[in-house]
Amino acid sequence: MLRIIALPVAALALAGCTVPTFGAAPGATTSSQSVYHLWQGFSIGAAIVGTLVVVLILWTITFHRRESDDIPKQTQYHIPIELTYIIVPILVVIGLFSWTMVVENREVANPKTSVTIDVNAFQWGWKFTYPGENVVVIGQTTQNPEMVMPVNENVHINLTSSDVVHSFYVHAFNFSRLALPGVLNQFTFRAVDTGTYQSQCSEICGLYHSLMWFRVKVVSQSDYTTWLARNANAFTAQAAKNATNQQTSSITPTKITKSKGDN
Amino acid sequence: MTDVLDPPIVFKPHEPKPDEHHGPTGILKWITTTDHKVIGLSYTITAVIMMVIGGAFAEIIRAQLTTPNNTLVSLAQYNELFTMHGSVMIYLFAGPFAFGALANIIVPIQIGAPDMAFPRLNALSYWLYLTGSITMLSGFFVAGGAANFGWVAYAPLSNSINTPGSGADLWIGGLLLTGFSAIFTGVNLCATVFYLRAPGMTMFRMPIFTWNLLVTAILILLAFPVLTAGLIMLYCDRHFGTHIFSVAGGGVPVLWQHIFWFWGHPEVYILALPFFGMITEIFAVFSKKPVFGYKGMIFATITIGALSLGVWAHHMFTTGVVLLPFFSIMSFLIAVPTGIKFFNWIGTMWRGKIWLSTAMLMAIGFLFTFLVGGLTGVYLASPPLDFFTHDTYFIVAHFHSIVMALVLGAMGGLYYWGPKITGYLLNETIGKVQFWFLFIGIQLFTLPMYLLGLRGMPRRIPVYPLDPSWQFLNQLATVGAVLIGISTIVFVINVAYSWKRYPAGDNPWDGHTLEWFTTSPPPHHNFYRLPRIRSERPTWDYNHPGDAALEHGHHHEQLDEVPSE
Repeated sequence: MLRIIALPVAALALAGCTVPTFGAAPGATTSSQSVYHLWQGFSIGAAIVGTLVVVLILWTITFHRRESDDIPKQTQYHIPIELTYIIVPILVVIGLFSWTMVVENREVANPKTSVTIDVNAFQWGWKFTYPGENVVVIGQTTQNPEMVMPVNENVHINLTSSDVVHSFYVHAFNFSRLALPGVLNQFTFRAVDTGTYQSQCSEICGLYHSLMWFRVKVVSQSDYTTWLARNANAFTAQAAKNATNQQTSSITPTKITKSKGDN
Repeated sequence: MTDVLDPPIVFKPHEPKPDEHHGPTGILKWITTTDHKVIGLSYTITAVIMMVIGGAFAEIIRAQLTTPNNTLVSLAQYNELFTMHGSVMIYLFAGPFAFGALANIIVPIQIGAPDMAFPRLNALSYWLYLTGSITMLSGFFVAGGAANFGWVAYAPLSNSINTPGSGADLWIGGLLLTGFSAIFTGVNLCATVFYLRAPGMTMFRMPIFTWNLLVTAILILLAFPVLTAGLIMLYCDRHFGTHIFSVAGGGVPVLWQHIFWFWGHPEVYILALPFFGMITEIFAVFSKKPVFGYKGMIFATITIGALSLGVWAHHMFTTGVVLLPFFSIMSFLIAVPTGIKFFNWIGTMWRGKIWLSTAMLMAIGFLFTFLVGGLTGVYLASPPLDFFTHDTYFIVAHFHSIVMALVLGAMGGLYYWGPKITGYLLNETIGKVQFWFLFIGIQLFTLPMYLLGLRGMPRRIPVYPLDPSWQFLNQLATVGAVLIGISTIVFVINVAYSWKRYPAGDNPWDGHTLEWFTTSPPPHHNFYRLPRIRSERPTWDYNHPGDAALEHGHHHEQLDEVPSE
């Protein structure tokens, strides 16, 4: 069954270069690329259905205009046609749902990972902690803190919030997830392209929501190791300083300690 | 066919003048009335004023976004503006216009009733709505300004620590008042439809508009009390030290999202179904045909209503704490009855004699605009695609396609039923000018926002220095918003120009349903006489004996359960 569903996915993946983008981009992770193909599939479906409906509407309002006061035939029911447009949409919906499930199950799976990053959102900035590596990156509003992660490696993210609801939205990964206070959200990225991807909070979180920026920087495995080693101590000092700033600027400092415990 | 040739049921031997009711006049009439038509007109006027206020907020928002680092409004003011724009449009315009204004006026007349079932409760509904609206908007005049946490008021941003100030309390208070107004209207509509139908008006002879309002009213009764309860919880959290939505006190912030969207998703259909009903009537009348698939249409409406109660968590896919497949398939399934409606609308027009009046143009504009909103809605039922687009401008574009389609429907409703309420037609030429401004404006406004969302622009940001390339698309959207604003001005000009200029007569459109059988405006208790009701088109049957609807395309053998006389 799964193979039957996966078939069009694979076919579309093979034809990927010839199918229009419909405004989206493949993105820089394995999941983002499945999402992109799903996007293309949905867009093809929408284009077909949309064109059919638009042509029917334009046809009838063009060719069935009133030219005299004659009464047209008062047809009210046509069971075969009505059944057709009940049954066909149900089949289409089942198809779309099945494909969705294939992509979704892959995206929300939590495979074994060697890299873990704790992401903590607060008003109004981000803190990226690398457990066991003694590295903390922290930055507020326009400071644009960088979450560095290795390419071709499963990276496990633990997402928390210290105060209100935020959203960890990485456009280049075609992905967003809310950072909820009191909830630990976990997901995995496997980046396939190196690069620096500008991102920002996407859930309204108060005054400086529009300036709550961060970057995701995907580097090679060796660069990642070097980066960890070189920055461990430096960032500890920086982090301690920033953490103090954050404690004083944050409205509810007690909760920050709590979410550290979650991590 | 002989039955419809019979003389109509006449309640009085001779017709008195329409002003035979001896009630107060002038301002006293408007304040003390329990007449559903006067209350409905009060609703209409108030709701249109709210639309203008909410529209003004939208124009400021769009002006702010014309450049990446605009300083027209401050960050704080921007948060207030988009919060109040959404709140005014959803809570104070779209809903009350749908189930307060037109439903109030039209539903009793369509089923041959003299008034709503509970006229005083109906008056109370209106006054609660008006006071609630004033309460919510008065937030702008208190220290700290109006509510600024978005129209969804997610906890814990909406608690007293993160949002101190009475603007938020006034928002909650206003919403409680309008919520009760909606609940009472729901009770009233249900009772009216179940108990006050004229002799012969069986459930399956009710016009589609009335059917849709019945399902809407049931949804109101199921959804609004939940929101009201949630608002009381939120208020207790803010002022009485409860911790229902705060982690620190052992509460659950995401519970607010469940409560809010348990109301919020049925609310989408509470808003949409009345407008579906409106355009259904318009398509049938201006194509001179019965509603195609009448019974299928009703079952589609009921199915939408039922499904809409089980899809709320598709607004919460990105929270990571909801069961994705269940809410996904439920949301996908709503596309099926909505699709049925689309094809039934096309079937109604098919081989009809289409008269492209302003009302009909608005309804066709609704189809195109809702098609875009509906198809993009299917994407959002898919959790991976929702992760991708959630809280970006793609969502903003999606629901603005939907609600702007509803605005087209509302305008269609005003052009279609306005003459029945006022007795005078609106100017058709100015109406068509208005339509083109509105329709082109809507597309120019929404389509660039889809692309902005796909390029990563989040919603609710007043500045976007990170990616100045978003500027051009934002400017296009702003031009669209300006065109929409102009269309509203054209509408006001039309009302002023057409004021008492074109007498409508009782039945200007060759209508199908009972409201076109009585005078324009209808007398105090709506009818002096009623036709025999043997189908969902009693007025048509009376005016066109011999042209009854053809079941399955051919004449029916036995003609209903007509008593032999």
